[in-house]
Amino acid sequence: MNHPIRQNSFKPPKDLAEYPVGTAFPSGHLVETNASWRSHRPIIDALRCSKCLICWLLCPDGVIHSSKQGGLEIDYDYCKGCGICARECRQKAVTMEKEGL
Amino acid sequence: MGNRTEKKISIRELSDREYFYGHKACPGCGGSLALRLALKVLGERSYAVVPAGCMSAVSFIFPQMAFTCNAIISTFPGTASMLSGVAAGARALGIKDFHAVGFAGDGGTADIGLQALSGAIDRHDKIIYICYDNEAYMNTGVQKSGLTPLGARTTTSPAGKRLRGAFTQKKPMFEIVAAHGIDYAATASVGYPMDYLRKLEYASRVEGTSYIHVFAPCPVGWGYETAETIALAKNAVDCGLWYLAEFSDGKFTLNHNPGEFSSLRDYLFGQSRFIHLQEEDVNTIISERDAKWANIHRAWRFS
Amino acid sequence: MLEQKAFLSGNEAVAAAVRLARPHVIAAYPITPQTTVIERLAEMVEEQSLKAEYLHVESEHSALSACIGASAVGARTFTASSSQGLLYMAECLHYASGGRFPVVMMNANRSLALPWNIYGDQRDSLSLLDCGWIQAYAEDAQESFDLIIQAYAIAEHPDVLTPMMINLDGFVITHTYELVSLPAQQDVDAFLPPFQTTNKMDLDHPMSLGFTAGPAFNQSFKQLQHLAMMAAVTVIDEVEARFRQFFGRHYPGLLETMHCNDAEFILVTLGSVAGTVRPVIEKLRSLGERVGFVRIRYMRPFPDAEIRKALAGSKAVGVLEKDISFGFEGTVFTNVNSALMRTKVVPPRLRNFIGGLGGKDIAAADIEQIFERMKSTDDGESVEFI
Repeated sequence: MNHPIRQNSFKPPKDLAEYPVGTAFPSGHLVETNASWRSHRPIIDALRCSKCLICWLLCPDGVIHSSKQGGLEIDYDYCKGCGICARECRQKAVTMEKEGL
Repeated sequence: MGNRTEKKISIRELSDREYFYGHKACPGCGGSLALRLALKVLGERSYAVVPAGCMSAVSFIFPQMAFTCNAIISTFPGTASMLSGVAAGARALGIKDFHAVGFAGDGGTADIGLQALSGAIDRHDKIIYICYDNEAYMNTGVQKSGLTPLGARTTTSPAGKRLRGAFTQKKPMFEIVAAHGIDYAATASVGYPMDYLRKLEYASRVEGTSYIHVFAPCPVGWGYETAETIALAKNAVDCGLWYLAEFSDGKFTLNHNPGEFSSLRDYLFGQSRFIHLQEEDVNTIISERDAKWANIHRAWRFS
Repeated sequence: MLEQKAFLSGNEAVAAAVRLARPHVIAAYPITPQTTVIERLAEMVEEQSLKAEYLHVESEHSALSACIGASAVGARTFTASSSQGLLYMAECLHYASGGRFPVVMMNANRSLALPWNIYGDQRDSLSLLDCGWIQAYAEDAQESFDLIIQAYAIAEHPDVLTPMMINLDGFVITHTYELVSLPAQQDVDAFLPPFQTTNKMDLDHPMSLGFTAGPAFNQSFKQLQHLAMMAAVTVIDEVEARFRQFFGRHYPGLLETMHCNDAEFILVTLGSVAGTVRPVIEKLRSLGERVGFVRIRYMRPFPDAEIRKALAGSKAVGVLEKDISFGFEGTVFTNVNSALMRTKVVPPRLRNFIGGLGGKDIAAADIEQIFERMKSTDDGESVEFI
């Protein structure tokens, strides 16, 4: 995996001694997801997908990744459901489905 | 830009490593894509300097840090000066093979950050300065900047009976940095990502100051559906309101000749910031566009 | 110890000290009367007696912004400014202290426009007392030199990590030539090891700096900043003790006292005017008058306890300063008063004397007049201009 994942074990500082020095903190440190922002969820149809990677290239959040199985998968923790992947897919392999249905 | 410097990047060559992940930018944000792609090209030995503005506000919220490379927020006017300091400090400490790259918005570049940018270009400091242009102060709620286009409605250039949106033209930032004799400058659009990636790759090899001005639509500020960001960014180029060009060795080169322009009205009226425009306003925008292109055809080379 | 002596102006002494401290990056913008510092440094870089990156920036804001950037990769930095330039830096002053970047700066104290004036008063630095920088005020060229060397040791101390501003009265110190002792490079190197910090961007361990901290966390960062400044009180003592071991010269901490133990009338001031006050004190003492003198060396951290101790038992205290907070009183007076309010017996009379604005001369006779006013029991004006 070439992207950070949520740090579930992180505890925010309580005492002053637990605070960082200055304003410096490790990069790629995520404690929250963005999943709740999404009203629609992109679904990739593996049969239609040509793996051209244009959706991966154009995703503002970088949440589309090559899966171990060889296809593409979406990190729904950080997908905001903007729909750029579906709009730009030349194979029409991505559909936007309403969340919670 | 002769062929010796051409080096196209293919999608498959691009790093799968994410350097800007889990940020809080709005869905469909063009600026965040510009930033993400740039860091993929520049890589892990990058020091990113990001002034106060959208991209810093969404990515350094203690304890959530969305950059995975080294990054620092600068003062609003201080993108270029801090970049110079980072580069000078790293050089003095003997650090090799690094990029000092800045990501400032249109206001942070063309307005409050222009003086420091001018100084850095004048020194030919080895920095890469990327202006992601979403044509207004978006982070503070869509106020007019020096790069807001003629006629655009913002919260400080309202569309009323007397004034119909912004009554000034975009400052010609590309030409302004070129007039400094900058080592390399380019315009780009997230609607033409491969062109943008090639320019980033070139900038990474420039011994001196690079400036890339990338057109980056904002669904919230412009009023369009989030999925349309890339299409709109492409459309801006195709209808002639934006252009893809480079400046190096003292010469301007146009990289993409749209030939016959696509419909400017379709571009404008696909965004709520322009829906108030009247026929005479559109005609003014068309004549300004045509005058710009007449200059381009007269003075610039074509690649 | 291989010391040399040279006839240097205050500015040249600062430049000589900066060279010995081996900064990696110098970024500065010219303003009278700071200019000769950055001119000498440019010459040192040109002749390679100082191996530093010298950035010709286009403003003071950029000067300090560049120093912060360099500090954020772990570099040692120096800048210098004055007056309007210091004000133009104001945003970056707060930024450097909030980010805990131990930049060292020389400020040539100069009047603020309007009306325009290039001569010395202290309204520039004192109006920025709250920007989170350690503020020291030198009395002469030697102290200016020594404070620069000490400043890096204090500012970069891991308990402190706070930027430091060394203030020299414009022209009176910056352009006056004195014999200055210059230690050897090897001794300064031993006194001042290279800057080490974890508060930086690091290619092996990527870090995000200068972040946002919301209401749940923000105040804790500010509290830590305050505690770091307070920790400087101890660190300044330690650094001065080590400095004495290395170079022989002794400094008395946050403030210096003269004849305060049995004094009835004590004058408090700071900066170069101390040189005018000392002979007046000696003269009045020789006439049997129980007068004393306090020279504040550090305005931040403020010598709170030291002020109370020095002024205890006096009948009247006068504060002479080259600044005013319009509509109230001098800022130094406000600070001294605040410290005194925490003692059981406040000196019966507290008088504030404002002088030297825009370079107005303060003569020995003025100091004698100030002591006369301190003896007077009338209520007088809350602020008296001399």
